[in-house]
Amino acid sequence: MATRARRIVLGGGLVALALVPVVAALLHQPFYVDLFRRILIWAIAAVSLDLILGYGGMVSLGHAAYLGIGAYAVAVPASYGIDSGLVQLALAVLASAAAALVIGAVSLRTSGMYFIMITLAFAQMFYYLGISINAWGGDDGMRLARRSRLPGLDLADPTVFYYVVLALLVLLLWLGHRLVHARFGTVIRAAKSNEPRMRAVGFATFRYRLAAFVLAGAVGGLAGALLTNQTEYLTPSYMHWTRSGEIMVMVILGGMGTLFGPVLGAAAYLLLEDVLSAWTVHWQIVLGPLLVLVVLYARRGLYGLLPGGTSTDG
Amino acid sequence: MTALLVAEQCLNGLQLGVMLFLMAAGLTLVFGIMNLVNLAHGSLYMVGAYLATAVFNWSGSFVLGVVFALPATLAIGMLVEVIALRRLYERDHLDQVLATFGLILFFNEAVAMVWGRTALFTRVPPALAGQIVVLPGLRYPAYRAVIIVVGLAVALLLYGLVSRTRLGMLIRAGASNRTMVAALGVNIRLLYTLVFGFGAALAALGGLMAGPIYNVQPGMGEEILVEVLVVIVIGGIGSIRGALVGAIVVGMVDTLGRAFLRPLLSSVLGPVAAESAGPALASMSIYLLMAAVLFFRPQGLFPAARS
Repeated sequence: MATRARRIVLGGGLVALALVPVVAALLHQPFYVDLFRRILIWAIAAVSLDLILGYGGMVSLGHAAYLGIGAYAVAVPASYGIDSGLVQLALAVLASAAAALVIGAVSLRTSGMYFIMITLAFAQMFYYLGISINAWGGDDGMRLARRSRLPGLDLADPTVFYYVVLALLVLLLWLGHRLVHARFGTVIRAAKSNEPRMRAVGFATFRYRLAAFVLAGAVGGLAGALLTNQTEYLTPSYMHWTRSGEIMVMVILGGMGTLFGPVLGAAAYLLLEDVLSAWTVHWQIVLGPLLVLVVLYARRGLYGLLPGGTSTDG
Repeated sequence: MTALLVAEQCLNGLQLGVMLFLMAAGLTLVFGIMNLVNLAHGSLYMVGAYLATAVFNWSGSFVLGVVFALPATLAIGMLVEVIALRRLYERDHLDQVLATFGLILFFNEAVAMVWGRTALFTRVPPALAGQIVVLPGLRYPAYRAVIIVVGLAVALLLYGLVSRTRLGMLIRAGASNRTMVAALGVNIRLLYTLVFGFGAALAALGGLMAGPIYNVQPGMGEEILVEVLVVIVIGGIGSIRGALVGAIVVGMVDTLGRAFLRPLLSSVLGPVAAESAGPALASMSIYLLMAAVLFFRPQGLFPAARS
């Protein structure tokens, strides 16, 4: 159960996010709508990774693959004139779920170091595949012909797009909360702490873990579909493994094994990037050592700093 | 004619293979012995390439570049181990991934600050710029031939070092039971630092030899790192022998795939389909190979014996 103090903090955070377009309009700074929409999209990706990383203990270093597949599922049909958002989103979710099914079926047979490297290698495989398909932009990528067309919603309007993304994130958090506290989530968490025992009790843990892996991949694909709408550009670099690393950093920075932690982590990471890169083009020389320090000395993440944020449930 | 082309591409595959092996040998020891996922190994490869190239361009002597870059990268590797990585041995793999990812960002940016983001000018050392006759009718660039010879020599030395010397015995003992080795009075921390620095020097050797063939630029380490990870996973984590076999196999498959997959496919699918399918399949080939190996042997081809 979330404590009262934490509920107030989280509710306040949600209200603040909902007010971003209003405040940006008052300040005549439309840039902030763009920045926070980007944060929300990466937050969706980070929450999906946390589902397997934090709750399931599966250290996947290939999450960017699904992001990329989602992006291609929007931009490639758009380049052939199919701009129905529903078709594109369905394709993004299904294609990334299918990829996650194949990747998961192979990599979940292994564990530990092997699992990390295999998920990484599969993501790189998709990256090189994207580079080699010249008809779909190849190495350079290609412009998105137009943003996805959703019935009744005009994504070309920055504010409408912002609220669509926010609504999807809130929906994801709600569904995630239900899932984590359902039987499914309990099995996933128990398999993380002691898989042989779960198998001995009679659970087919492989299937549960694979299902979680596919689910996370599907949501990652959704984030990718939103991301390519955000940037209005498709590039294979969405799938580069450093992207996977960045998503992982967001999860850890915010606090893994929590639902709101990754959202905080995405915000902190992208705001830090925004501040540091305004200060110097070499901002990564600050970020890198900072990351090492966080790992060495502050492992509980930002979520652990919130009032009542010590328990690990979402 | 075709046989010569195949032979030449096989030599290219071997050359990529020994390059991968130089990286994989150090990394698989770090993975296997210290139980550390070190993604920053590619950064040491990059640092070695930059240091050697900078000294080469400044002095005009490739040998001087090598003589400077190897000990310098060894020292940098040991420094990184003492400052940051040493604290990570007891942590879980996730922490190791994140911290070494942070190191990658640092090294890439540090290199970009000193030498800029564009590729550094470099060239094959003049003495090795020519070609040599390997077989009647088959001429091969001398520089690439030297890489193959150096790589195979290092593999032999390494095998002797690990299996025949006292240091190698300690390394193997430390891998199977760290506490026991420490209890017997061996300074295991110093041993780890030495092994790490040694691995860094091997990576630097790979990097400085790669410089004149590939680009010397920020991020060059990550391109090869992922292929090296494939090598290690195929060979089995912690096994030098697995690293050697994996490296040669991956080098061959990658090179031959890029060279011959398109013409092979075009005789089956027709030239238009092969034009796009060939390069796509070639770039995926080593990952498909890895998936196939793991499907049948999840611990790799030569799993290192561990207690």
